[in-house]
Amino acid sequence: MKSYIGIDVGSVSINIVVVSGAGDVIAGLYLRTKGRPIEVIQNGLKEISEIIPPGMTIAGVGSTGSGRYLAGVMAGADVVKNEITAHAVAASMMVPGVQTVFEIGGQDSKIIILREGVVTDFAMNTVCAAGTGSFLDQQAQRLNIPIDQFGELALQSTAPVRIAGRCTVFAESDMIHKQQMGHQIPDIINGLCEALVRNYLNNVGKGKEILPPIVFQGGVAANIGIKAAFEKALGMPVQIPKHFSIMGAIGVAQLAKEETAKTGVTSFKGFQITGLPYRTGSFECNGCSNYCEVVEILEKDKVIGRWGSRCAKWDIV
Amino acid sequence: MSKVTFPRMGESWRTFKMLLEDLGNEVVVPPRPSKKTLDLGVRHSPEFACFPLKILTGTYLETIEMGADTIVTSGGMGPCRAGEYAMLHHKILKDLGHDMKMIVFELPRYYPFNFIKNVWTLNKSRVCIRGIISRIKRAWRKLQALDNAEKLSHVVRPREINRGATTRVYHKILDWIDQAYTTEQIIEAEAAALEAMRNIPQDHTREVLKVGIIGEIYVLLEPASNLEMEETLGNLGVEVERSMFLTGWTRDNTWTETTQGMTVKEAAAPYLPELIGGHGRDSIGNTILFAKRGFDGMVQLAPFTCIPEIVARTILPRVSRDYDIPILTFFLDEQTGKAGMSTRLEAFTELMRRKKLLLKKKNVAQKNIYIA
Repeated sequence: MKSYIGIDVGSVSINIVVVSGAGDVIAGLYLRTKGRPIEVIQNGLKEISEIIPPGMTIAGVGSTGSGRYLAGVMAGADVVKNEITAHAVAASMMVPGVQTVFEIGGQDSKIIILREGVVTDFAMNTVCAAGTGSFLDQQAQRLNIPIDQFGELALQSTAPVRIAGRCTVFAESDMIHKQQMGHQIPDIINGLCEALVRNYLNNVGKGKEILPPIVFQGGVAANIGIKAAFEKALGMPVQIPKHFSIMGAIGVAQLAKEETAKTGVTSFKGFQITGLPYRTGSFECNGCSNYCEVVEILEKDKVIGRWGSRCAKWDIV
Repeated sequence: MSKVTFPRMGESWRTFKMLLEDLGNEVVVPPRPSKKTLDLGVRHSPEFACFPLKILTGTYLETIEMGADTIVTSGGMGPCRAGEYAMLHHKILKDLGHDMKMIVFELPRYYPFNFIKNVWTLNKSRVCIRGIISRIKRAWRKLQALDNAEKLSHVVRPREINRGATTRVYHKILDWIDQAYTTEQIIEAEAAALEAMRNIPQDHTREVLKVGIIGEIYVLLEPASNLEMEETLGNLGVEVERSMFLTGWTRDNTWTETTQGMTVKEAAAPYLPELIGGHGRDSIGNTILFAKRGFDGMVQLAPFTCIPEIVARTILPRVSRDYDIPILTFFLDEQTGKAGMSTRLEAFTELMRRKKLLLKKKNVAQKNIYIA
């Protein structure tokens, strides 16, 4: 049976999925990036090779996320796609007819507007990471609450507490102020969820026509407090797909399927790559005044990828 | 003898260098903005100031190291703080111990005497008035040649067969134009340059998208400040047309590239009837003109915290809906990570491509109905 691998290398998590030709998720991993993407990709693929049923062949591989080029050259991806397209494709697969996608990940948040299955508009947070997973992580740690209980606690709130959502620095000082005044933790957390949603809708969602069905995905969708805050702010139901945290990987696996259907072959290097030694190095190019920091990745002793330069000088074709 | 420098905006420095030298000045060519420029600029500028101010602070400090003691720059009108930058730079540099001579050109249309006085100050060789006029004319011709070469590079790049060929040829021909001195030489170099560019192997059957670029003038004109956005788009198979070139901007406020006789001001009027400073109104007006010409999308470039562009940004979604043209905005600052920008541009290109395909299918379907 043919199946397809999708790898989403994000700032906080690396997700690897195996999707069948019919679009069913056979295996899905959500792993923390921990600043070591190469190691995590290798371990993840190894784990995948052990889970998938015997007799299954990998007919295509796709990579997405901010580390998509890295994953692409390591695995030999058939398609390397931006995460906006990947998320839109996955949302359309899970919820046919979807018109709005909210995606909140570790470092960025995006909104994707679809009409009749086609992306017609999108936006990503630009200069501010307020309201993304990293900030929630940090606050959970500060309050000593496991991140997976954050949302449930928010739902227990009985009294509204307003937290400033414009900027994480303001939000944090506001939270501390409210906590020192004696407000209950669930109320503060709920206030934070509402603030983040307010910030998202005013910043990323600014000027966008938000129509149902709305799908909410990305790591932060695990937080039911945020989901409730979205529903309250919009007055519309928000759906969370079953595989909400690995949607990017699912989308790019689907794109790999479409790509290999055209070409007929896959450039996947096989699971043997999990045992290969990979090394990265970097140097400063002084060919011009840009002084680009060029990074290269070596498989055994062969350079398989280079990036970071502004011109084509160091590109490997 | 005093050593003169000026802000760097793309390749225009080649013209300014020639003109200033023609008038008998020793010129310090401002280096291309680099990491060092940013480091210096960010360290010595107010934190909340916009990106162009910071780059220029850095550039000036670099040219001072190279011996410059006079800065020629522009003033400005209307409610955009860039009009005060010459003064602010003067103060910042003075605080750092560099008492620079500033020669600030205001819009000649409103301040003719300022213009004459400044030209006279820079006229070290005491060239006669006719001599000055002919030198300005020649410099103008060179500026046009540089702009024309750049415009053509935007058309050729998305169609090139060998990736990077256009950029390589473009860098070579810039030197040809640079070395041309007399008007005849400039015209000849320009013709050769355009010819060389047209001869780059191209695939004319390729489906190329057309995107208009709007926004604040400095980040539009200096590629180092916008992470070489136009080149990146060209490599994604997108032909770009920038709303602003130095030749166009200098040509007063009247716009020659009008569509159906409409000026930028008129086009923007239903959405923004006021001048809000900077190029906010131009961004809106140009979007409408590009949309009318059938462009596939728009990219807006703005320095972070730029008020005129923020105002334009809040109006643009309505323009986008009314004219059915997708618009992507980038706020630029000192970040040099290109990954985020590439992701957005890639997704934007895909969006435009799918939209175009869908439109084509619809048109075909319509045609089939008529045939049936």
